Amino acid sequence: MSMKFFAFILLAMIPGLTSAAGPASSGLSDTLEERVKPCIICHRDADRIDRDAYFPRIAGKPAGYLFNQLRNFRDGRRYYQPMAILLENMSDDYMREIAEYFAAQPYAYLEPVAPALTPDEIKSVETLMYSGDPERDLPACGACHGKTLMGVQPAIPGLLGLPHAYLAAQFGGWRNGGIMRGQIPDCMSEIAKKLTQEEVNALVQWLPGLPVSGQSAAADALTPELAQRCRTILSGKEVTR
Amino acid sequence: MRNSNTTRLAGIGRIIVCVIGGLLSLAHMASAQTPADSDTDQVRRGEYLARAGNCMGCHTTRGGEPYAGGRKLNTPFGQFVTPNITPDKETGIGGWSDEDFWQALHYGKSKDGRNLYPAFPYTEYTKITRPDADAIFAYLRSLPPVAQTNPPHKISPPYDNQTLLYLWRKWYFNEGVYQPDKSKSDEWNRGNYLVQGLGHCNACHTPRNVWGASQDDKLTGGKIMGSYWYAPSLISPREAGVSEWPVEDIVELLSTGINGHAVTSGSMATIVRQSLQYLSDDDIRSIAVYLQSLGEKKDNAKAPRKARKMPEQVRQYLALGQEVYEKHCQDCHGQSGEGVPKIYPPLAGNRSVTMSSPLNTIRSVLYGGYPPATAGNPRPYGMPPYQHFIRDTEIAQVVSYIRNAWGNLGSLVSPEDVDNSRGSEF
Repeated sequence: MSMKFFAFILLAMIPGLTSAAGPASSGLSDTLEERVKPCIICHRDADRIDRDAYFPRIAGKPAGYLFNQLRNFRDGRRYYQPMAILLENMSDDYMREIAEYFAAQPYAYLEPVAPALTPDEIKSVETLMYSGDPERDLPACGACHGKTLMGVQPAIPGLLGLPHAYLAAQFGGWRNGGIMRGQIPDCMSEIAKKLTQEEVNALVQWLPGLPVSGQSAAADALTPELAQRCRTILSGKEVTR
Repeated sequence: MRNSNTTRLAGIGRIIVCVIGGLLSLAHMASAQTPADSDTDQVRRGEYLARAGNCMGCHTTRGGEPYAGGRKLNTPFGQFVTPNITPDKETGIGGWSDEDFWQALHYGKSKDGRNLYPAFPYTEYTKITRPDADAIFAYLRSLPPVAQTNPPHKISPPYDNQTLLYLWRKWYFNEGVYQPDKSKSDEWNRGNYLVQGLGHCNACHTPRNVWGASQDDKLTGGKIMGSYWYAPSLISPREAGVSEWPVEDIVELLSTGINGHAVTSGSMATIVRQSLQYLSDDDIRSIAVYLQSLGEKKDNAKAPRKARKMPEQVRQYLALGQEVYEKHCQDCHGQSGEGVPKIYPPLAGNRSVTMSSPLNTIRSVLYGGYPPATAGNPRPYGMPPYQHFIRDTEIAQVVSYIRNAWGNLGSLVSPEDVDNSRGSEF
């Protein structure tokens, strides 16, 4: 009885011993999931998302959008120091693979938070969202970002599941010219500059109130006029390095 | 007249280019003087040499047009802006002759005769041979001209004074093409030429005095001017001296950015990505052979340094660091700091961790990073940035811990050290 028991223990230890012998076989997987650990510390797994955090959702965003942003951070066109340092020595091929990985990740997000807005403010935001303001040459947000606001393939981001702090910072950057340096004309910068501060405040509170659902729309969802207006984003010029 | 032009000329062509590689061997050097290379061969060779000298590294802004300059180098003497070295007539070096180029590279003088500031490392490039300089120039001439006017330097007085620069050169600049050491192999000489000349490793891997002059050509390590990293000594067995490494290990680290026990990070990762990964097997090997010969052997009389008995206070401080380690670092770097070969570097016995300057280790924790994506390691694993997740106190504790765990021995690090290690060019 006891002999059998010891034999069992010994046998059970063998796989443990072999895997401990070589660190390469210590269970570390040769996967992209292992390779993108540095991303996940901020762009959390869905079950660890912090409602008050700054970091945007990247899972499920269109791959072309994610790839363009990675390149923009690396090449200094979009300014954010932690991303610039992390990506400094990355290749286009590797970043494209990482972008496709996150685009294919399922997203789950926190329950939406009801915005602290007056009915009038909500009405004005909804008008901007779904109709725009032709007098100020402001297209409806949904005309570019998709009817469900989940983005348009391949390069326009969704607007849902993003923290309030992140949205507010992006609008601030566009209004002050601090986000997309050197990519001119930048359609979103023009639009953000036409909005009033009150409208921006209301927008960035209203958006996190929507549940994340649906998929990004197909590329043909964009009207030719808007495709022309945002051509610098859509063309994704390759940069020689 | 020249004086009145001083300011205007300040922005033009002060700094220039990089260089080379050529001395393919002593035999080649001799032959290069006789038959002129065909134009395309010369341009191709120049392109390779420009890679080896990483001219593009300084003469290109982030995401900018290659070789059009505009990158800002911040030094204690002011801000230098690299010039446009594309063959544009107005804003680049389109009006230069090969003689002008040689003047700049070899003598540190611009086309108009003015002395160049040594932010352009002519102190190293002077070792480059004329055929190599000509090949680089031919390559630069073959580039598409880019019309790009860069902002002028902002040099702080009194360093903007040409007389001072003249004196500086008298003291610190030794002009002269590399002279092979006949007692050494061709391979060693080639490595020496690449490291001390074209590669200008000295620009970073050496301490600089208060006048910004490299202290020697001994590669003894120093804080990098205009960067935020520490370039370790390539001599000392306690830093990055490689006298005890097999040549193959040195080759692997320099050409792929990683080997079984070390990884390049910070500025060096960038050099591997921009330059070293493109060098021929022979050239990388020559560099490795030369670097291996430079290293001092471990002094066994001194080593192993004995750990003194730790005061209780220190023990407690390190125990706090161990808690941080177990929570954030252990998953990748292992319970005993053993790492995973070619994926996550070991911390036990890692000289980057224990060397007297903790700067690079602190920066790796703050900012994380990926080793360079190279042909030999195209999909590197990376280190997360912890600046938003761990307070300075905890970073100080964990860095102190890894500097003293598993047989490592290093000084303790304070939260002030962590704060002083911040900063980036972004």
